[in-house]
Amino acid sequence: MNISRRTLLCSSAAAAATAFFGLAGRAVASVEDVEKLITEFASGGTIESGGALQLKTPEIAENGNSVPVSFSVDSPMSEEDYVESVMIMASDNPSPDVATFHFTPDSGIAKASTRMRLARTQDVFAVAKTSTGKLFKVSNNVKVTIGGCGG
Amino acid sequence: MDSTPAPQEQITGEITLDSIMRQSGWSKDRCTSTAWRIPLNRFSMTVVVSALTAAMSAAVVWADPADDTLLIDGELEMVTRTTSVEGHPLPEVISGWHYRSDDTRVLEQDSFDNPGMLGVEEGEEYWNTVEGTMGKSCASCHDDAAESMAGVGATYPKWSETLGKPINVELRINQCRVENMGAEPYPFDKGGQKPLTAYIKHQSLGQPVALDLNEGEMQQWWERGKETYYKRTGQLDLSCASCHEKNNGKYIRADHLSQGNVNGFPTYRLKQSNLVSLHNRFRGCIRDTRAEFPAAFSDELMGLEVYTTWRGTGLSVETPAVRQ
Amino acid sequence: MAGKKPRVKIPKSVSAGDVITIKTLISHKMESGQRKDKEGNPIPRDIINHFEAAYNGKVVFSVDIDPAVSANPYLEFTSRINEAGTFTMKWTDDAGEVTEYSQDVALKG
Repeated sequence: MNISRRTLLCSSAAAAATAFFGLAGRAVASVEDVEKLITEFASGGTIESGGALQLKTPEIAENGNSVPVSFSVDSPMSEEDYVESVMIMASDNPSPDVATFHFTPDSGIAKASTRMRLARTQDVFAVAKTSTGKLFKVSNNVKVTIGGCGG
Repeated sequence: MDSTPAPQEQITGEITLDSIMRQSGWSKDRCTSTAWRIPLNRFSMTVVVSALTAAMSAAVVWADPADDTLLIDGELEMVTRTTSVEGHPLPEVISGWHYRSDDTRVLEQDSFDNPGMLGVEEGEEYWNTVEGTMGKSCASCHDDAAESMAGVGATYPKWSETLGKPINVELRINQCRVENMGAEPYPFDKGGQKPLTAYIKHQSLGQPVALDLNEGEMQQWWERGKETYYKRTGQLDLSCASCHEKNNGKYIRADHLSQGNVNGFPTYRLKQSNLVSLHNRFRGCIRDTRAEFPAAFSDELMGLEVYTTWRGTGLSVETPAVRQ
Repeated sequence: MAGKKPRVKIPKSVSAGDVITIKTLISHKMESGQRKDKEGNPIPRDIINHFEAAYNGKVVFSVDIDPAVSANPYLEFTSRINEAGTFTMKWTDDAGEVTEYSQDVALKG
């Protein structure tokens, strides 16, 4: 019996990772793909780092299938000046886009939460666009653990 | 390298190996590229473990279960740590909730945020759905589950005189379907089995697990389950106790090993993004030892359900718990 | 029976001008289109790709959803309430099927 213990452990880890994404042998997104999406989203505008945008993600996610993500943007949310949309992306998923949130002045506050899939440890990006043409970008690294049995 | 046969104790080193691998930063990403091949036999395992242990002698591989209180919707305080029932090998029983990360624990604290509640609500629909030749639903006889099913989740499995063995909630539902509804029994994990079991057990949310081992031959089935619990199986040669009794609190790779209490089943697991039944989890756990796994509701697993449920005596029913 | 039954949490009574938090959860497997079945054939993508919340007929908040959103999609957002009215929420899947939910909001006396 000469089964590789690493192969064995890896196979269960890979099984967990492929549970939703079927990653084996598949190309994944890259930071370049994220940058491309951001450029399209910004449509020529100048992007400020951080600024009014805050992104909250866990440092370590216990399971990549359900990672909490939330964000908020400081904004008056008035007819004249409000946050139009916020795009969330992940650099190392099979596809970089996660979701794009659209707000109106009636949203009251520019904030939202959801739960996302992360195929592995990677950076999560958020970029926000206001009705006055301001753009903000932030990113957080999220470590995704692959458990022995639980992951 | 010392080639003296290792004492029995060291052969349990599989888990230590995993912990050390984790501690030494062997991430999943490196799994696929590395050419490391470790022959899986006891002797080499022990040698490798010893070598790694020596190299990592200062590594701390134990982490406290989280010091936290499970308060559901800010009003229902759950017993998640308590003094063990007499005869239990550990001094304190701890719910698996304490072994999870902050983000996972918080999901169980709010009945809206708990995705397992989608399954419970689906179970309620099954409860009220007429099926079978007798034109009845569960509710036709049992009316309001909040009253008629209160306590069920805390006291099953029970002794069944008819079957001559213990019966759990899943099998009790099937018995009712066949005898009182004229409906087909649910195959394992199919149809309404998981949601309906979750709905019924959820009616006992917060009640302490308390089996009656004096009924019928429950004691013999407890013994049988205990035997299964301590029996090493599979190519990894692990018993339930190897991980959940001896090494709970340690890490197996990135996974914080719990005591393996079953008070939250069916449990919403993030891995499957769905409710997972107890017998599915039993089978998954045994499969992970690389052993042939017994059929759901087989005598072997029914004994194990009796025994593991008893081990969690005094913990609140958490159905649907949320785990990784 | 599984269906796509949404769960929605909206505060029961609200004062005019309040910004309230709304939580939504809907059962859906969110098949990413990246997986293969046991025979190795790709499993077709089947996700909820859009969510929209309107108050008294006016859209307040919407989301374009991609396959990286977890199964049983959870969304939490806010809305400013100036008058009593009705929330209408719509989840649209890849097949174009729409799941709707509506709930009234009363103002505090």
